[in-house]
Amino acid sequence: MGRRARNKQGAPLPLELENKIEGKVTKKLHDRLKHEAQRSRKQKLSAAKQNAKKPEQTKTNGKRKDNSVEPKKAKKIKAQLEEEEESDVEMVQVDGAPEDGWDNAPIESDEDMESMSDFDSSDDQESDAESASDEKVTQMPLSLLESDSDEDENANSDEDSDGDELADSASGSGGMESYDEFDMDSDEEPMTFRDMEKKSRLLDKERAEDEEMAALEVAGAGAVVEGEREVFQLPTEEQVAAEEETPLDLTQVQMRIQEIIRVLNNFAELREDGRSRSDYMAQLQRDMCFYYGYNEYLMEKLLQLFTVSEAVEFFEANEVGRPVTVRTNTLKTRRRDLAQALINRGVNLDPIGKWTKVGLTIFDAPVPIGATPEYMAGHYMIQAASSFLPVIALAPQENERVLDMSAAPGGKTTYCSALMKNTGLVVANDANRERQKALVANIHRLGVANAIVCNYDGREFPKIMGGFDRVLLDAPCSGTGVISKDASVKTNKGPEDFAMLTNLQKELLLSAIDSVSADSSTGGVIVYSTCSVTVEENEAVVNYALAKRPNICLVDTGLDFGRSGFVSFRGRSFHSSLSLTRRFYPHIHNMDGFFVAKFKKTSNKIQTGENEFTVPTGSGVKLKQKKKKRHH
Amino acid sequence: MRPLTDEETKVLFEKLTKYIGRNIVHLIDRPDEPYCFRLQKDRVYYVSEEIMRKAATIGRHNLVSLGVCFGKFTKTGKFRLHITALPFLAQYSKYKVWVKPNGEMPFLYGNHVVKAHIGRVTEDMPEHQGVVIYNMADVPLGFGVSARSTVDMRKVDPTGIAVFHQADNGEYLREEDSLF
Repeated sequence: MGRRARNKQGAPLPLELENKIEGKVTKKLHDRLKHEAQRSRKQKLSAAKQNAKKPEQTKTNGKRKDNSVEPKKAKKIKAQLEEEEESDVEMVQVDGAPEDGWDNAPIESDEDMESMSDFDSSDDQESDAESASDEKVTQMPLSLLESDSDEDENANSDEDSDGDELADSASGSGGMESYDEFDMDSDEEPMTFRDMEKKSRLLDKERAEDEEMAALEVAGAGAVVEGEREVFQLPTEEQVAAEEETPLDLTQVQMRIQEIIRVLNNFAELREDGRSRSDYMAQLQRDMCFYYGYNEYLMEKLLQLFTVSEAVEFFEANEVGRPVTVRTNTLKTRRRDLAQALINRGVNLDPIGKWTKVGLTIFDAPVPIGATPEYMAGHYMIQAASSFLPVIALAPQENERVLDMSAAPGGKTTYCSALMKNTGLVVANDANRERQKALVANIHRLGVANAIVCNYDGREFPKIMGGFDRVLLDAPCSGTGVISKDASVKTNKGPEDFAMLTNLQKELLLSAIDSVSADSSTGGVIVYSTCSVTVEENEAVVNYALAKRPNICLVDTGLDFGRSGFVSFRGRSFHSSLSLTRRFYPHIHNMDGFFVAKFKKTSNKIQTGENEFTVPTGSGVKLKQKKKKRHH
Repeated sequence: MRPLTDEETKVLFEKLTKYIGRNIVHLIDRPDEPYCFRLQKDRVYYVSEEIMRKAATIGRHNLVSLGVCFGKFTKTGKFRLHITALPFLAQYSKYKVWVKPNGEMPFLYGNHVVKAHIGRVTEDMPEHQGVVIYNMADVPLGFGVSARSTVDMRKVDPTGIAVFHQADNGEYLREEDSLF
């Protein structure tokens, strides 16, 4: 019992644990950690207990005395002593009756009232006889209240059966007591003084046993904990080699990851002699690759981005999906109406957040959310929350010319169009012919009438058409921000993919910059975004563009949340204005990993030495005039 | 991308007249800006002249869509309206049919409208005329051809077909591959 009692106390986990591993960890990991924490807590607790052992004991004893030796009970005890022969069961029964009588007094019949008065009267009589003045003082007022009218009856009431009356009086007084005292005590009423004593003795004994056990456990636990601290050591090279042949099971790897992280977080104290931090990191990387199923190259890249504990959160966040979100098509409906229509279909939804007025998060839906009549009528688009961001940053105005360089499947394009209220022109380009169908379908379904859809390689762009007010480049990327959507990224991206992608991104961004006219009265804005979290694809590309095109500068994205981009990363320092870019992470913002940078073009002139194609396209006005001439 | 020939224009306008009658002039003479029809790979697009001019720089093989697609010419030279024309048909339609909530999904799955599902009908609708189908909340769902005139419709039994299905919003999902 003692053990159980101690477990019952179940104090909350200490704060230090939460600090150590913040965020979601798999359940097993959590359990394991909890266990460890509990152990350490136990240790502390019992230490504290031993210190405070004596005062605690005296305190409880005092309390018990208070309970048992209350002056009011003195009489009751006497009564009980007198009729010790009576069994406890009977006592309870007898006791129960008057109590009920008390509780239900107002609604009980007259008979009961009489019996009640009997108790009272007998009480009075007894107290008179025994001249226990103390109780009388406390009980008088109540008895007086009751007995006012019943005095006469008292006189000729059942005085013949003394024994019964005594019992009654005893229980009656019990009832009174329970009335006076806290309700809690009423349960223990039947307990006699001796029982109490016995019980308290028993309790004391048990506590002593408990403490002994606890002391033993502390000693044991301390030894175990300390032992474990020292026991954890990195596997040797042979062990690693052996593991490659016969891999460990997941739980073991998981535990090792946790141990390594613990060591890394307190490296000075917990490290193993002769092992460097990089040894630990190498093992951690191997284990994480195995546990989460990433390839070594990507794992290394991602581990460089975060601290180890944050990396774990990131990987865990990638294992669970993001909530389904939809964007209201303001060309056809309003968010309130849409929400109402969907709620009527039994959909459970909520606005995404304060930062958007058109987004809704779908928690659960009894109908397929991509096939409701509202969806087919083009009232909303299923779109990840993160893909609202570049369009919000782009902030297209009415009657502008906007280019979306890689548009499919059209979420951002249609959002642009909706913000422009179907005026001006949106050119939606996508290099992939397969994805064009979805793009065109979405554009038509959402009732966008100001769009041209074309199929070019984005890099050709300034040649085909230039002089845009705004260009949105949601560049093709490795997709490291959307691993929860497409887990194949974990394994199929190698160094050559990153080299290819970053190269493409740089070329596309330069094309995008050249397609914008700085003369635009309202715009001259370029937004670069990727659904990747790596620095090569984001900051490095932006930095490259800033170096290549001195006629642009970074401006604030207009997004008031998200982390700032890296200004320096692993020894590389970028332009200081890169702090204006924004990064979004699945484990922090609960949306896909995302990067947004917003440029403003200040001039169409580029220094000499730049290649020739930028000159005609940069001056979009010239191009426009040419085109017009051709048509008239 | 090229303007429609006279023959093509005639066929297209005949088809449109079935649905929007004389309102067809509103499609051509718009108060805001001039619009035109353009043919691109047998699809007919309805687009503002401003956008059409911008699209002229885009090569024939690379241009996928511009403005709003109204439909396509079949190999036999007939014109087939697509669901994508619905916003404009709904705006100018002469004859309308409103279907009850229980008839909404059957129609969106590509079925004809039966009499039992009809909530409201334009009064003077003749037989074999183009009608636009709405739900009771006035959201256009698609369009079709009336099987009976409004007067005859009263006599039909509840399961009898009232409007033949032509196109519905569900095609965005069902026909995405062939539609565009």
